[in-house]
Amino acid sequence: MNPRRGAFKNLSGIEIQPVYGPEDIRDFDYARDLGEPGGYPFTRGVYPAMYRERLWTMRQFAGFGTAEQTNRRYRYLLAHGNTGLSVAFDMPTLMGYDSDHPRAKGEVGRCGVAIDSVPDMETLFRDIPLDQVSVSMTINGPAVVLFAMYLVSAERQGADFRKLRGTLQNDILKEYIAQKEWICPPDPSLKLINDTIRFCIESAPRYHPISISGYHIREAGSTAVQELAFTLYDGLTYVQSAVAAGLRVDELAPRLSFFFNAHNDFFEEIAKYRAARRLWAREMKRRFSPEDPPSLALRFHTQTAGCALTAQQPHNNIVRVTLQAMAAVLGGTQSLHTNSLDETLALPSEEAVKIALRTQQIIAHESGATDAIDPLGGAYYVEWLTNRMEAEATAYFHKLDEMGGMVRAIELGFPQSEIHRAAMAYQKGIDSGERIIVGVNAHTEPEERPIKILKIKPEVERRQLSRLRERKRRRGAKKLADALHRLTRAAEENGYLMPPILEAVRAEATVGEICDVLRGVYGEYRETVAL
Amino acid sequence: MAKKPRILIAKIGLDGHDRGVKIVARALRDAGIEVIYLGIHNTPQEIVSSAIQEDVDGVGLSVHSAAHMTLFKEVTRLLKKGKATGIAVFGGGIIPREDSRALKKLGVRALFAPGAPLEEIVEFVKRLPLGRRQKAKGSARGGSASG
Repeated sequence: MNPRRGAFKNLSGIEIQPVYGPEDIRDFDYARDLGEPGGYPFTRGVYPAMYRERLWTMRQFAGFGTAEQTNRRYRYLLAHGNTGLSVAFDMPTLMGYDSDHPRAKGEVGRCGVAIDSVPDMETLFRDIPLDQVSVSMTINGPAVVLFAMYLVSAERQGADFRKLRGTLQNDILKEYIAQKEWICPPDPSLKLINDTIRFCIESAPRYHPISISGYHIREAGSTAVQELAFTLYDGLTYVQSAVAAGLRVDELAPRLSFFFNAHNDFFEEIAKYRAARRLWAREMKRRFSPEDPPSLALRFHTQTAGCALTAQQPHNNIVRVTLQAMAAVLGGTQSLHTNSLDETLALPSEEAVKIALRTQQIIAHESGATDAIDPLGGAYYVEWLTNRMEAEATAYFHKLDEMGGMVRAIELGFPQSEIHRAAMAYQKGIDSGERIIVGVNAHTEPEERPIKILKIKPEVERRQLSRLRERKRRRGAKKLADALHRLTRAAEENGYLMPPILEAVRAEATVGEICDVLRGVYGEYRETVAL
Repeated sequence: MAKKPRILIAKIGLDGHDRGVKIVARALRDAGIEVIYLGIHNTPQEIVSSAIQEDVDGVGLSVHSAAHMTLFKEVTRLLKKGKATGIAVFGGGIIPREDSRALKKLGVRALFAPGAPLEEIVEFVKRLPLGRRQKAKGSARGGSASG
């Protein structure tokens, strides 16, 4: 029953020895395995000066209710020192449905902001200059549509596309694997992603068209090793698909960004980020031989693990988030979202999100963690664990290569079942008491005083529906019909879709109308249910 | 031999967070309960039709999108309309305590909060009354929409 007598294993199931020394990293070669910060293989970080030059972007993910409500939250966050925005859309938007779709009933504005057409997006960014504030958007199936709405909003603010900064999530493979919000099947989805990459290369060079995400894979229950392996392999798949579509690797690779989770096991997470940079640099070099060094550098955003928070004794979550955020910083993240203490109950309240943001500011300015670059580099345990994470991820790469790539592996249900197995094992560890979670299976307390949480009123849905009706009535029918017709034709010819989608957005086509065109031409993805 | 409960498990609404629901479905199955797993993105109508057609004793629904009030209400309404109120409705997800209390008043039998041990869910399901199917003796799909 005493867990201190059992095996010591990290969350990936890797057994940890009592102490590490030179023997454990016998083949260690500084130049080959670490290199200088900002230099190949980027183990120590992607920039030569890291946080001494510039801190990470403090980017709190937010969105709820109507565009007005979320705009107020954004301005609140910016006023309190948030340095970038990150948009959370509601479920109907994530699935490419309008607020008046029958499946949207009860979901409008509930767990993200409701956006139907470009005027909503303009309201979302009212009084926020898009050529100055970087904006990340968590949107995947309909990413191309919401990106176009963001671009048109910027255009109407008078902003130059070339000055826009931010990141579109646009990672459909991890949707099939883990998060499960999609529209089209893999092939046309990859084509749409290539169109957004092409647009950024040509017209919005500072915008990252894709954020290859392990976050959701981890939230779905994967181990750290699986998160690392599946995410990087997804990245290689996107590069391969874009190169096959005629894009140059040196044009597209520096525009890729990644997104990782920060879970509870401190050293495992740090080793994961270090291994991610090194493995990505090595695999990109081996598979695509780019010419420019920045094409090999893996830049990433981190979010602390939502799935590691507890509904019990919610204030303990502040401490969990601090440890997770510290791991992300010691691992060299480029931007960071810290979760709020109340997020197992609802979307965060203003007070809760402020504490989460302050946590980052305290790490940045008070802890000293930002002074030396890669401060844990050279530690026997950390280097051993970094090697081990890389080796285990590489073993997954071989398996995926043998299966014929990630799309095929998804069809076979391989990453899904690996994740499900890991999630099941994690839960059993908690239920058996082998893995202690404070407040859940140890140090529990009886009835707790409920904390104040954010509530979304049912009026939000009614208000959004009437606004959508009004907008549909007022827009120019002819211009809209022409734009949707041209989009349909371009999709049928499998042409470059950014221009006709931008045109449809300017004509105030809704998310649902544009996605209906895509569904009609490309079909809808269906998951083969497996337990 | 005691009859085993027959349960329908599904995600309802648009959210695809299926980590919890799959773990619950698997744990119920491992405990010898007959589980029909419907997967993600189901509407209330799809759930109720399947529940009646499959003649289940209970329906377990997972919601993480904060649409639980609308969706659970719709399920209980449709079960009533289908004269199938004998089918127990239970669920889990991100559901604040206050909403949980309101839903229980509407007839939702149990709502499991994050951190609920699997054992507790399994025990709850094992104790569900099997009245409906006993009345439809001898036929797996007796069409017994009694309630």
